[in-house]
Amino acid sequence: MRATRAGLLGSALGTALFAVAIAGSASAQETIKIGALSNLEGPFAVPGVDGHRGVELAVKQHNGMAGGKKIEIIKYSSDATPDKAVAATRKAVEQDKVNIMIGPLSGDEGIAVKNYSKTHPEMVFVNGSSGAQATTLQDPSPNFYRFNTEGAQWMVGLGDVALAKGYKKMFLIAEDYGFPYSQVQGFMASYCAKGGRVVKKAWVPLGTKDYSSVIAGIPPDVDALVVVLGGSDAVNFLNQAEQAGVDKPFIGGSITVDQTVLNYKGKKRESLLGTASAGPMADGIDTPAWKKFVADYKAAFPQGFPSPSLFAYLYYINTQAVLLGLDAVKGDLSDNQSKLKAALAKLEFDGPAGHIKLDENRNAIGDTYITEVAKAPDGGFYNKVTKVVNDVSQTLGLPKAEFTKMGLGSRDVPNCP
Amino acid sequence: MSAAQWRRAMNSGAGRTAWSRPPSLPARPGPAGGAIATGTAAGPVQSIVGALRTIGVRHVAVLLVVLVYPWIATPFFIYQIGGQALVLGLIALSLTFLGGYGGMVSLAQMSIAGLAGYMVAIFGIAGEAQGGASSLGWPWWIAVPIGVAIATLFATFVGWLSVRTEGIYTIMITLAIGVSFYYLAQQNYSIFGGHQGFNQLHAPVVLDVDFGKPVPYYYLALFWALVGYFFIKYLLRAPFGVALQGTRENPRRMNALGFDVTAHRVAAYAVAGVLAAIGGVLLTWYNGRISPGTVGVGAMLNILIIAVLGGMRHPLGAFIGAILFVLVQNFAIDVIARERFNLVIGIVFLSIVLFSPDGLLGLWGYVRTRILAGGVQPKIRGWGVGSTRREPARMRNGGTAADR
Repeated sequence: MRATRAGLLGSALGTALFAVAIAGSASAQETIKIGALSNLEGPFAVPGVDGHRGVELAVKQHNGMAGGKKIEIIKYSSDATPDKAVAATRKAVEQDKVNIMIGPLSGDEGIAVKNYSKTHPEMVFVNGSSGAQATTLQDPSPNFYRFNTEGAQWMVGLGDVALAKGYKKMFLIAEDYGFPYSQVQGFMASYCAKGGRVVKKAWVPLGTKDYSSVIAGIPPDVDALVVVLGGSDAVNFLNQAEQAGVDKPFIGGSITVDQTVLNYKGKKRESLLGTASAGPMADGIDTPAWKKFVADYKAAFPQGFPSPSLFAYLYYINTQAVLLGLDAVKGDLSDNQSKLKAALAKLEFDGPAGHIKLDENRNAIGDTYITEVAKAPDGGFYNKVTKVVNDVSQTLGLPKAEFTKMGLGSRDVPNCP
Repeated sequence: MSAAQWRRAMNSGAGRTAWSRPPSLPARPGPAGGAIATGTAAGPVQSIVGALRTIGVRHVAVLLVVLVYPWIATPFFIYQIGGQALVLGLIALSLTFLGGYGGMVSLAQMSIAGLAGYMVAIFGIAGEAQGGASSLGWPWWIAVPIGVAIATLFATFVGWLSVRTEGIYTIMITLAIGVSFYYLAQQNYSIFGGHQGFNQLHAPVVLDVDFGKPVPYYYLALFWALVGYFFIKYLLRAPFGVALQGTRENPRRMNALGFDVTAHRVAAYAVAGVLAAIGGVLLTWYNGRISPGTVGVGAMLNILIIAVLGGMRHPLGAFIGAILFVLVQNFAIDVIARERFNLVIGIVFLSIVLFSPDGLLGLWGYVRTRILAGGVQPKIRGWGVGSTRREPARMRNGGTAADR
């Protein structure tokens, strides 16, 4: 029985430690605590760090103050799983007593945090970079705000570009999860409506290494391929397509032909010239606001990326919105932050990449940039902006009833074989 | 496996040495008939009185602490630390039972728990999932038993597949099963809801008590943790548990004694499966959702980490390990530069395993014997619980005596 005695004493000790660890609540109202949840571990650890940089940059540009009060940022981490995102958010809200919460990073995390936000209606939750459609379209939370557009909105206008290039029949290859579904819907909604046909879809698991069977299954009579893959998946596919002698042009998703992919070495790289893609931002935006954002980012983070990533940008605009909202109400968080909630709901501002306002579900209406891969004078490849689609709504420009009839993007929605 | 055989195991030298006698005494096999006679005559009353007599101040104190805890702690500590630790402890307890007492380290315990959670989502009430998967919307009191039953069947299947392997191969095969289940959940949209899984799984509201709220949830988790703990404590003294420990120490001898080693091991998997399944249902309610990330490789390993941290020589180890694990997971980020908090987690876990191969329980035992008692007591004495890894030689001697 000695073991039991020892063990039980040990557990009593552990329980006593809990009680000691319960800290007092924060009462200093001169400081506004903002929790920033991103990913510091797991598959998105590298972009997650850049997300935190976006938050820091926005606060820094605001001189660390908003509404006359000092802003304190507390960083939190998840590993891209919803469980962990909610656990970190709960700790921030219930233990560390942050006033406002920013985050998380990925789509499924966003849905989970949105659901959690309903249990704390007294405070404001603002998205980080998550872009699932369902977050604000299904069962939205009255105190969850998203000042960035999402995956489907990022692809609006690309269908018209494909048709203008004369691609009447296309083959789709995309990863098999929520974000590509949204992207594909954003592309196909207008492409199908205007007479284009996606004759075959190949959904591959995230992290697929071997694309030979997919490549072998490309119908010979298609005009082009829609490729919605990211990171190493995109590089692997492009390499194998090159080796297999695929000579069809591509249309890319928002993260298919980003800098990491454009910098890979291979003959096929030359043939990527002219590949159209779309997104909420682009490296080659030629406005003073964007150039200032990039310059500030580079000055603040010499260790960061050569230019701010998508995640830095998204966290940046969401943080910027919070700070502007706090300015508007002079830092007044009384009465369950009702003034801040009202201010955020009607907030409109010009971010580095265009004008942003919210719809009735508190999701952003913003600009989408259509780009084309071009060669810079120094020989490097970059995404040149060819067209800006203004004020893209979450219903992709369709009337609400029509969009609801189509439903959210999935493997089979939309469909036009 | 007949009851008589179990009783024989109970009365054999191996069982006695493991449970009731100080290991230094020579074990003598008692006459089987006599033991059965006393067992039937005054068994229940005596055993209850005996059990009550062993309850000390410390037991009452610990029970009071865990019962009073919700009154002194904040909702965060009640739910995210207390509730989560109890549930993870319950799942880890199933591994402690299998690994510590059955000698079979299964990494699939989290998959079994996850399957139970998924079944509750599929048969019970959950929000709309992606790709056409939908819940049947049955009430929780139908969905939960179905979930636990299916998960237990799955656990039995896992056991049936893996019992013929030993050591690292058991780990490999259960890892393979767990990873397969993860990918099944990840890629099956029609039933498991794919990458996104199921959202909005609320804990039931029974008689106006919302078990999703911190305090009711804590007591629910505490109830099942206590049930699991005392059930395992009881089982380890029962003939089945003693025979299981026999199969761990020497399967060939147990076989020669007429025990069906495979059947015992599969049964152990089933028993552990029930605990893991209950833990899985509670964990799903805790998260309010389930998705493949809940049953990923990281989550599977976390259960092993919890069991090893606490120590696999006593059922209590699972819960102590879970408390430490949850505390470290939640508060490591406050200790050091925020980008580097995994370093803290790694150092804490590594140092415990490095300095005490038997986890926190082993550390405590070390402190007791070496420091508090001035190093007089032999290392093993305080730990003669029957699960000691250092004892096989002695147990074999006992067994030999019994055979003679």
